Amino acid sequence: MSADFVFQGWRRPDGRMGIRNHCLVLATVSCAAGVVREVSRRLPAVVAVEHAHGCGRGGPDLGLQVKTLAGLVQNPNVGAAVLVGLGCEVTSPLVLKSAASASGKPVETVVIQEVGGSRKAVDQVEALARRLLGELEDLPRQTGTAADLMVGLKCGASDTFSGLTANPAVGKLADRLVQLGGTAILGETTEMIGALGPLLKLSETEEVAARLRVKVERQEALAHEILGPLAGRVIAPGNVEGGLTTIAEKALGCIAKAGSTPIRQVLDYADRPSRNGLVVMDTPGYDVETMAGMAAAGAQVILFTTGRGTPVGFPAVPVIKISSNSELFEAMTDDIDLDAGPILAGKSAAEVGEEILALLLRVAGGEKVKAEINGQAVFAFAQEGPAF
Amino acid sequence: MKASDGAVLAIRVHPHDNVAVLAADVQAGGAVRLADGTELQAVEAITRGSKVALIPIPCGKAVIRYGEEIGKATKDISAGEHVHTHNLRRGE
Repeated sequence: MSADFVFQGWRRPDGRMGIRNHCLVLATVSCAAGVVREVSRRLPAVVAVEHAHGCGRGGPDLGLQVKTLAGLVQNPNVGAAVLVGLGCEVTSPLVLKSAASASGKPVETVVIQEVGGSRKAVDQVEALARRLLGELEDLPRQTGTAADLMVGLKCGASDTFSGLTANPAVGKLADRLVQLGGTAILGETTEMIGALGPLLKLSETEEVAARLRVKVERQEALAHEILGPLAGRVIAPGNVEGGLTTIAEKALGCIAKAGSTPIRQVLDYADRPSRNGLVVMDTPGYDVETMAGMAAAGAQVILFTTGRGTPVGFPAVPVIKISSNSELFEAMTDDIDLDAGPILAGKSAAEVGEEILALLLRVAGGEKVKAEINGQAVFAFAQEGPAF
Repeated sequence: MKASDGAVLAIRVHPHDNVAVLAADVQAGGAVRLADGTELQAVEAITRGSKVALIPIPCGKAVIRYGEEIGKATKDISAGEHVHTHNLRRGE
């Protein structure tokens, strides 16, 4: 379908293509969360995001906070944003606005201490958001292609069939998307422990391979340092009961999502790829934090495989759920978008990969995924050190 | 998933794999079939989601899944046998 892979989206001032046209209302620090929540009650059309951070951390984490939050503001699915801060925090609206300025999109700021409290802040944010929503409605749609798409690859609440059905099918999709000029991000460094060999073989250059080795070995050392004797349990008892025997086997099932094209870049958490194609991002395995890193990088869609079923979604970014078995698809039909289970009855992973590609195109054209319909939009992001 | 003749489907991800994963429970002596039509007999009862050896795997040799080594056999494994923690360990 290479010639047919076109959709109508919104071209942002920085050239990137949004498949949604959201107005983001973001609390830059946890202290502003109540204001953002009240605005979302008054104005459900906005994408309201709050979190538990924005202050009280050491240098590296504050850098990570600014990068991740500014990345979310710059995500092409966001057409405009109102940043709501308290006034004495580190990740202030002005800091984030400046960090996100390259995107060229309209960004407004409201500071609770400056406007005289939360009630006045809510009124001001509401007025700004109403104006921005109106402006966004007037933006014309433009034609995008596969080369405009960046897709995050994720698995969570996995089962023994995830690595057999849904993940290889997503791998076929990743191959097709990259072949069409698009970009796919493989994350979850923890899940790469035990599968370094095949990932090194996929690496496009020595430099990519060396960087990948550093990231995976660091994660393995961290697992031993923090988890001690439990590090070996990265493969959980439930995995073993399900039929998985070794860490390598579990890891290979996870990285099957990446497909077989060369890894062109290895990114730090929340960094934006500078090249199209398959890239690896250093992320935790934890679902929501992984998706935050991918969304901050500019992913417009997440492909999420699951064997036990999860309703999780993400703000402003559609999360497409793919079940590894048909029993789950039938049991949680309100949460799952596509079933890879028929591979267990003889369907090929490539066939299901084509179905995912067709669904991806429909979602890029505006079709809502189950997580969007259900209003599932959870936000959290990765942190390194302790709180101070 | 079972074929109409009762054979249990097993999924081999990569052509080099010497194990496949069962899509349904199989009884001892039951037939196991791959997508390409290859058939073998389960030498013991094996549950859905578990691995079955497609060829004999001698003790110390690599067990291959996804075209990669997932560990080594800790005893001789015959074709049709269940492959799990009792006869497979992570190779160092």
